[in-house]
Amino acid sequence: MRIAVVGAGPAGVRAVQTLVAAGHRPAWLDEAPDGGGRIYQRPPAALNRDAKMLYGFEAKRATALHDTLDAMKPRTDWRPDTFVWHIRPGVKRLQTLHRGVQAVVDYDAVLLCTGAMDRVVPVPGWTLPGVTTMGAAQIALKTQGCGIGSRVAFLGSGPLLWLVAYQYARAGADVVAVLDTTSFATKARAAFGLLRGGATFAKGLYYIGWLRAHGIRIDEGVTPVAIEGAGSGVTGLDWRDARGRAQRVDCDAVGIGWGLRPEAQLADLAGIPFRFDAIQHNWVPERDLAGRTSVEGHYLAGDGAGIGGAEVAELAGARAALALLQDAGAAVDAAEAARLDRALTAAGRFRVALERASPYPAHLAAGLPDDTILCRCEGLRVGELRAAAAEEYPAGRAPEMNRAKAFTRTGMGRCQGRVCGAAAAEILAAALGVPVDAIGRLRGQPPVKPIPIVAPPAEAVP
Amino acid sequence: MTTSCDVLIVGGGGAGCSAALHMAQRGQRVILLERGLVGSQASGVNYGGVRQQGRNPAELPIARRSHALWMRMPELVGSDVEFSVTGHLKLARNDAEEAELIAYLDTAREHGLALRMVGRNSIHRDYPWLGPKVVAGSFAPEDGSANPRLLSSSLARVARLAGAEIREHTKVTGFAHDGRLFRLTAEDGTEFSAPVLLNMAGYWGGAVAAAFGEAVPIKPLSPNMAVTEPVPFFIEPNLGVVGGNVYLRQIPRGNIIIGGGHGESDVSGGRAWARPLPEVTLEMLGLAVALVPSLVGVQVIRSWTGIDGQMPDRIPVIGPSGTMPGLFHAFGFSGHGFQLGPGVGAIMTELVLDGHTDVPLAPFRIGRWRDAA
Amino acid sequence: MKLRRLRDAGRPRILLTLEGEALEAQAGDTLLTALLAGGAGHLRDSEFGDGPRAGFCLMGACQDCWVVVEGQGRVRACATLAEDGMRVKRG
Repeated sequence: MRIAVVGAGPAGVRAVQTLVAAGHRPAWLDEAPDGGGRIYQRPPAALNRDAKMLYGFEAKRATALHDTLDAMKPRTDWRPDTFVWHIRPGVKRLQTLHRGVQAVVDYDAVLLCTGAMDRVVPVPGWTLPGVTTMGAAQIALKTQGCGIGSRVAFLGSGPLLWLVAYQYARAGADVVAVLDTTSFATKARAAFGLLRGGATFAKGLYYIGWLRAHGIRIDEGVTPVAIEGAGSGVTGLDWRDARGRAQRVDCDAVGIGWGLRPEAQLADLAGIPFRFDAIQHNWVPERDLAGRTSVEGHYLAGDGAGIGGAEVAELAGARAALALLQDAGAAVDAAEAARLDRALTAAGRFRVALERASPYPAHLAAGLPDDTILCRCEGLRVGELRAAAAEEYPAGRAPEMNRAKAFTRTGMGRCQGRVCGAAAAEILAAALGVPVDAIGRLRGQPPVKPIPIVAPPAEAVP
Repeated sequence: MTTSCDVLIVGGGGAGCSAALHMAQRGQRVILLERGLVGSQASGVNYGGVRQQGRNPAELPIARRSHALWMRMPELVGSDVEFSVTGHLKLARNDAEEAELIAYLDTAREHGLALRMVGRNSIHRDYPWLGPKVVAGSFAPEDGSANPRLLSSSLARVARLAGAEIREHTKVTGFAHDGRLFRLTAEDGTEFSAPVLLNMAGYWGGAVAAAFGEAVPIKPLSPNMAVTEPVPFFIEPNLGVVGGNVYLRQIPRGNIIIGGGHGESDVSGGRAWARPLPEVTLEMLGLAVALVPSLVGVQVIRSWTGIDGQMPDRIPVIGPSGTMPGLFHAFGFSGHGFQLGPGVGAIMTELVLDGHTDVPLAPFRIGRWRDAA
Repeated sequence: MKLRRLRDAGRPRILLTLEGEALEAQAGDTLLTALLAGGAGHLRDSEFGDGPRAGFCLMGACQDCWVVVEGQGRVRACATLAEDGMRVKRG
């Protein structure tokens, strides 16, 4: 049986481990050179790889995952630096690109562990050099030993806001402000549910407490106004505080992020149906607790199948691999499957509380000024999308997201709507006066990321 | 409850929406029924070529008529739908292809289509970015391109303003005629009736015709398309080749749209789908590089296809039904209906309301396969 | 945008050029780090006239850090290791 696993982050590693333990040798593809996913991405060899320094509280978990990753590579058809840009569920084929060379990988069953990226809300000035996602700020520090600037502000909501600010401050960066768009009251309401998270919740409290103890400026319930800049850099960040007063800080870099969104393009191209998850406020591919989908032979695990975080991804990867094996007629350890199911269910309850404590600020996206850049790739502004919601728009009113894309080019650029899609949906829905889940989602189209045009072999040209 | 009107149109592509507009402008009560959103299939996701050069001679009179409407597009729909007269340069890659270009010059002349050869001596001087495999070209200065995503919906908007009713997400599942009126039933049970029915349903036009006893040999067609990231503008004309296995154009924003070959589709189920095929995309990119070598290294950011209807002789069915008075067909545009759409809507309106049109339609009659048999 | 080296900053030096100008970086830098820690300021300009860009996600998703490396063509600066002698142009 030919099994393929796409992705070598926490979900992919545990999935492969489970498959290898059952005697399989899956094809294992990852876009990065060394696996680990984004959360446990290792620095290049020339840098210090001390786990305690890089991963803090997560050092043991990271080390264990890396050890398994490295142990599994020779026991699989390991294909690093390999990007899957299309999937054909009918003939069960992955179309891949490895250092400029096209290849296909055929499978009988595939497990997609494609991870996530930051979910952002545009802010006037957000395309200035010096503004990055929260994840980017963390990657710069973790894998390159660099801060995104010298005086750094962080703006957003959710666990990553506090973690990255803490990591920066610990590394000696000048963290000039940590601005949470969620109010203290919203977080306090969710606190009871968060207690289920145990250690995870405690770590979050620790970071916030540490930042406060070190006198770092923290403001909660803020409304971003603008990132200011001159030439090719950031000069400051303006916001209104919870009482509506104008605030400002001088800075040369800003990290922004409001949680994560699944990188689910392959699931989409595989024809797996999506649903709007109101708690996460994301469109997610439909799957059962074990990672089975309605498309035979196609399984999902990790953040690409709905945001759960790294610990959940490890559980889900192992569980989806068991589901795959079971569906293939293998005898699997039922007790282990049941244990994973219980752990996943419990983690799901904590996730709900976490999402409630840091909800996606849809109102911020919907309320953006018309002249704010929305689609970075195409240089389109918020007003250009909003205009397409009006009856008098030259091509008629765009009643849903893909039509708005067709009319305005929003989400049509190099990133294919990854970055602006979530905010664009809020803007369009608000302009149409309908709930965001009523306007659909940007359809995935191959290639999942850009592929280069190459010269054909000489004999192939007529 | 049955909604009655003067003219029912099935299919909201460029041709159907244009027919709705022209009919409404002449005071007809029109209802257009579209299974999805207008312009969702062949009309909305095609390459965007607005080309007369190289067409089957039978199509040229319609293309000429449509060209006149394209030139008036801002007046017609209130925007230019990004229509731009860039010229269309059709390229030859060997002697035989060059001979074919030369042979077509006479056809063009007969129909008043401006066309000139760009010979071996001037092709690389005039277009220095063309690769060495190109030996000659013929240039049609009146041709160009437009944004297919805007045409049908722009026509539909002004058709509505003119009084037409455009019903989207209305899939017709029942076709009948009670001896006086056509009676159409939508999937949700809604009924529509009219003395005149225009079948402009693209690939699905075959099923409409079959419902009235005149089945035709139509097949789904899914042209494979891709677009690159924006790069500095340098390809002014819309480019094609003899044989048509690759075509490309660049828009002023910088993106290069490349087509060639066919994707896959499934029209058997309730939810038809079409997808580009990766190997076809890669092959057409290779063919494109042979025309324009500097495309190497440019990134492709998206690929797509849609569903059109293809007839065996690669020209559409246009004209009155052979079995049912009041029924008129215009479907099966075989991958080149985008330019024709606006004109076809005008022609169908004349055909229905005036009983005749100046454009010769005999080559497109639905009975042609029966005649041949 | 100027990246600040906070730790592990004593790695072997490598030399690149950006638009012909010499630029010093360190072994193990990605191209993005090499350029933005080395004072390049930005990596590319928006095609649509709305200013300079310097990457955004650092994980190969946002497509806003494309640069041109002589001999390699267009690459994502965040996902490409800098090498001694690389000649880079803004993308």
